[in-house]
Amino acid sequence: MTSHVIQSHVAHAAAHGHDHEHEHHDSGGSTVFGFWLYLMTDCILFASVFATYAVLFMNTAGGVSGRDIFELDFVLVETFALLLSSITYGFAMIAAHKGNKGGATRWLLATFLLGAVFISMEVYEFHHLVAAGHGPSSSAFLSAFFALVGMHGLHVAAGMLWMIVMIVEVNRRGLAPRTMTRLTCLSLFWHFLDIVWICVFTVVYLMGAL
Amino acid sequence: MRTRKYPNILRWLSPALAAAALSGCSGGILDPKGQVAADEKSLIITATLLMLIVVVPVIVMTLVFAWKYRATNTEAVYEPKWSHSTKIELVVWIVPILIVSILGVITWKSTHALDPYRPIESDKKPINVEVVSLNWKWLFIYPDLGIATVNELSFPKDVPVAFKITSDAAMNSFFIPQLGGQIYSMAGMQTKLHLIASEAGTYNGFSANYSGGGFSGMKFEAIAQPSEEAFQAWVEKVRTSGSTLDALAYDDLAKPSEKHAVTYYASVAPNLFGAIIGKYMNTHDVGTVGEILGFNTWPGAQICLAPANTEL
Amino acid sequence: MFGKLTLEAVPYHEPIVMVTLAMVALGGLALIAAITYFRKWNYLWTEWLTSVDHKRIGVMYIVVALVMLIRGFADAMMMRSQLALATNGALGYLPPDHYDQIFTAHGVIMIIFMAMPFMFGLMNIIVPLQIGARDVAFPFLNSLSFWLLVAAVVLMNLSLGVGEFARTGWVAYPPLSGLEYSPGVGVDYYIWALQISGIGTTLTAVNFLVTVLKMRAPTMKLMEMPIFTWTCTWANVLVVTSFPILTAALGLLTLDRYLDFHFFTSDGGGNAMMYINLFWAWGHPEVYILILPAFGIFSEVISTFTGKRLFGYKSMIYASGVIAFLGFIVWLHHFFTMGSGANVNAFFGIATMVISVPTGVKLFNWLFTIYRGRLHFTSPVLWTLGFMVTFTIGGMTGVLMAVPGADFVLHNSLFLIAHFHNTIIGGAVFGYLAGFTFWFPKVFGFKLNEKWGKASFWFWQIGFYFAFVPLYILGFLGMTRRLNHTDNPDWTPWLYVACIGAVLILFGILCQFIQVFVSVRDRKKLVDESGDPWNAHTLEWATSSPPPFYNFATTPVVHDIDAFTDMKEKGIAYDRPAKYAPIHMPRNTSAGLIIGAFATVGGFAAIWHIWWLAIVSLVGIIAAFLVRAYDNDVDYYVQPAEIERLESAHLAKLAKA
Repeated sequence: MTSHVIQSHVAHAAAHGHDHEHEHHDSGGSTVFGFWLYLMTDCILFASVFATYAVLFMNTAGGVSGRDIFELDFVLVETFALLLSSITYGFAMIAAHKGNKGGATRWLLATFLLGAVFISMEVYEFHHLVAAGHGPSSSAFLSAFFALVGMHGLHVAAGMLWMIVMIVEVNRRGLAPRTMTRLTCLSLFWHFLDIVWICVFTVVYLMGAL
Repeated sequence: MRTRKYPNILRWLSPALAAAALSGCSGGILDPKGQVAADEKSLIITATLLMLIVVVPVIVMTLVFAWKYRATNTEAVYEPKWSHSTKIELVVWIVPILIVSILGVITWKSTHALDPYRPIESDKKPINVEVVSLNWKWLFIYPDLGIATVNELSFPKDVPVAFKITSDAAMNSFFIPQLGGQIYSMAGMQTKLHLIASEAGTYNGFSANYSGGGFSGMKFEAIAQPSEEAFQAWVEKVRTSGSTLDALAYDDLAKPSEKHAVTYYASVAPNLFGAIIGKYMNTHDVGTVGEILGFNTWPGAQICLAPANTEL
Repeated sequence: MFGKLTLEAVPYHEPIVMVTLAMVALGGLALIAAITYFRKWNYLWTEWLTSVDHKRIGVMYIVVALVMLIRGFADAMMMRSQLALATNGALGYLPPDHYDQIFTAHGVIMIIFMAMPFMFGLMNIIVPLQIGARDVAFPFLNSLSFWLLVAAVVLMNLSLGVGEFARTGWVAYPPLSGLEYSPGVGVDYYIWALQISGIGTTLTAVNFLVTVLKMRAPTMKLMEMPIFTWTCTWANVLVVTSFPILTAALGLLTLDRYLDFHFFTSDGGGNAMMYINLFWAWGHPEVYILILPAFGIFSEVISTFTGKRLFGYKSMIYASGVIAFLGFIVWLHHFFTMGSGANVNAFFGIATMVISVPTGVKLFNWLFTIYRGRLHFTSPVLWTLGFMVTFTIGGMTGVLMAVPGADFVLHNSLFLIAHFHNTIIGGAVFGYLAGFTFWFPKVFGFKLNEKWGKASFWFWQIGFYFAFVPLYILGFLGMTRRLNHTDNPDWTPWLYVACIGAVLILFGILCQFIQVFVSVRDRKKLVDESGDPWNAHTLEWATSSPPPFYNFATTPVVHDIDAFTDMKEKGIAYDRPAKYAPIHMPRNTSAGLIIGAFATVGGFAAIWHIWWLAIVSLVGIIAAFLVRAYDNDVDYYVQPAEIERLESAHLAKLAKA
């Protein structure tokens, strides 16, 4: 942060360009901070749906429970894809901080592809369940499952859309400060979704299957 | 200029409130006819008096300070920079904390004593009534007597009544103000309430949770009979009505209707209440009572219950 | 092609609705005609609709709030008159299904579309000025939040003419609000209006938290911020932590209704109690969101008009923080009667009572701010004194219902209705009206007519008691809420008195509209030349009235909690610097309005199951957002010459004053 000299008399304040420099330097910082706050609201949103899952997961209405439908091997692969994608995003950020446009783009693409793997596997799982008659309308447990996992998936999909936009932006406009701020925000978003997935994997799949 | 900061409002209000409170002697919660309601009323009065210890001085001080320190009163002391006093802070934190602590203890004790699930201590055997809120009427089943009624409840005075409550409609709230507090009725779930009347009489009952178009007419009467014999006479009256509340009759009754006339059923299908709850327990399709009664797979109804009430 | 929408959706057979629609249409046309005649479209577009200036956005919020006050109050008048007429078994004039929509709409409108916008409007105008900032952290987001509110308001109002509104009460409990018992579009209007405005609200809170934490005048420590800014900050903390819970609750209800999920259905393992828990986990913090900024306003008003420092500034801030935190652990008191068991009920009851301690501390601090002060009985002060008496009674009845044993007989009765109107009207509404009068000269450059302001206060205050004390009594007499007709003769006289009270409040509202009209007419006489008509304490009064669009030519230097008073006492309040530096300002943008428009269309499409249109709207929102994101021309610099010109003009006026 720019240091500030505390003026004892208002008359001197304008002698320096402090005011707008202060704004410029910090506007990226403010944006990231603001994004953090938004992300915390998203966290509470997930927490609410988690709480709902915790209350309703035993209400199988005479139908299937987690043990019957969760295939842990499949979900493990999915999980690794997503975790790996966080690592590739990390590399993208490192490249970006070094000013390496090409590197950043390549790692972003890798992240996107891993995300696509995750999403396609999840869509496959959902389709499989619905086709077998275990769709969300069958019971409160399944409603909660589809909603929680599905909401996470929608967030990932939104992140992927954002990633495409960023790939285009990086290629067209390079790694300007505004672009770096946006990449930072996306990075927070992506890692956050990863952490949420770890909770989902643990609470829903692991504890459900055991 | 202005001779009184605050006009007659409060001077007019207090006697009016007192008169009104005393005039509450016409069927409200300040006119209890049973032990539970009487306890709830004295709780209200106690809590109010405790709070008035703080509320009255605050209101008086507001008016007095505003008047005394009005700008035109240049004789009053003026200390524009005085804005802190540890003594005052101590008092304004500690006195309310004390009062809230006392209230807190009262709350803890009374909440347990007045828990709707808590049976009423008595040497008399309680009367069991199963209550079902429907659109938009109340069904009362007496499982031990094998009778049922719609929109009319009866029991002898001085005998505890043990209610088990559910709904086959939206959420309602079973409430007889003069006998005691209310509890929600929810489909697929069972709640409980225990009441007792200390005086014979007819008391208003209704739903205290909006449940749709016919809600305003969803009223019933709770008749406290003066003696055991009088109650038996009422039971006989119901038995002579001749109708049966079997599965088919029930499905008919459950159809929406408003301001349903008082109806008596001389006999009731066994475990109808359990079956009504059980309707909601099956798969994603709401079953019919007939299916469930017929299948006999729901003897006591495996009930999806609210977190704390797990006993049947 | 049109989903469920047909021409039958318009309620042709309901004369009251049709007449209302006709009046609204005529009024709207008259407004459009007037704007066209006076050739103000360009002005409206560039100065207001596309503005990202927090002061302009704040004014627009308050305009929306006042318009919705009219609708919400009309609902109230209809309810009171219906209940006064439909006694002793009579049926009144309102068909029951219409009445049931009215009480639902009344609650939603007053809380979400009147009180919240009013509060956010005042926060928008004043907080950046109070902290010496030039605007909020994210001006475009601010505009977007406003237009999302407008989208929700449009949907809310459309429900009157196209389709129906929910008939569930403003809380919309399942299973009544589920598809089985509410198959129409009413609950869907409710859901989408609340979801869309909820997003806007959350974004505003994030915006203001970043603003307060990052954009304050560098010399203003956190514990030197004005009290109104502090209480707004606590409110914003509550918004960001509670609104996502509402989003979840409504989202899950949407899944139940649209895709046959089983969260809150009676069958399939659903549990309606989950909705109730989620809803109130948001709902309780919501009422503290409404009241905390009002508390801040009262603090500012009292300390200004007694000419004294606020008593116990630090303990006020801590008390507000404690209230905010406690507001999160009391939500179950809204459903003690749902059967939770004594331990749970007792815990939440006691937690609820504990809130009265910091609230009481605040009351005493206001009292001791008056003590040894010189109190001027301006209308903001009247609102404050009225609040101090009225809110105390409301708080008392709240603590009373916090005792579960008492709540068992009072829950959902008119006693409850009286309690929350007591606290919301006596607390929040009185506060916003005080703030409106207090800050009006700052925003528009002239004061409001005091005579009509005082008249309005007295009608509101006396009307309040006439309207709601009978409801306390009716609660004791056993009358429950949401009835559309009654037949107990003991209740009838009180229903009449309550109706009279509503009429008195109506006069209060009329006085306010007359007050604005008269003040505009007499604005030259009521002009505020100095920018500081009340000899107040905080930085917003250091600017001209209205302030220049950049707020402060130079960032103020702050040494004390009453920053402006401190500057005045040191004689440096109106110093000018030797030279001005260029000021960085954001440009106007239509992106917020466009996204809001897509949100309106998308919401409408979702309600009526017009899926292709919903998708098009979503794509439109994303596209508009991307266009905005890649717009490079979003800011500019105000040059010293222009700053010099504006500042000199203000200082010249000051010299005259």
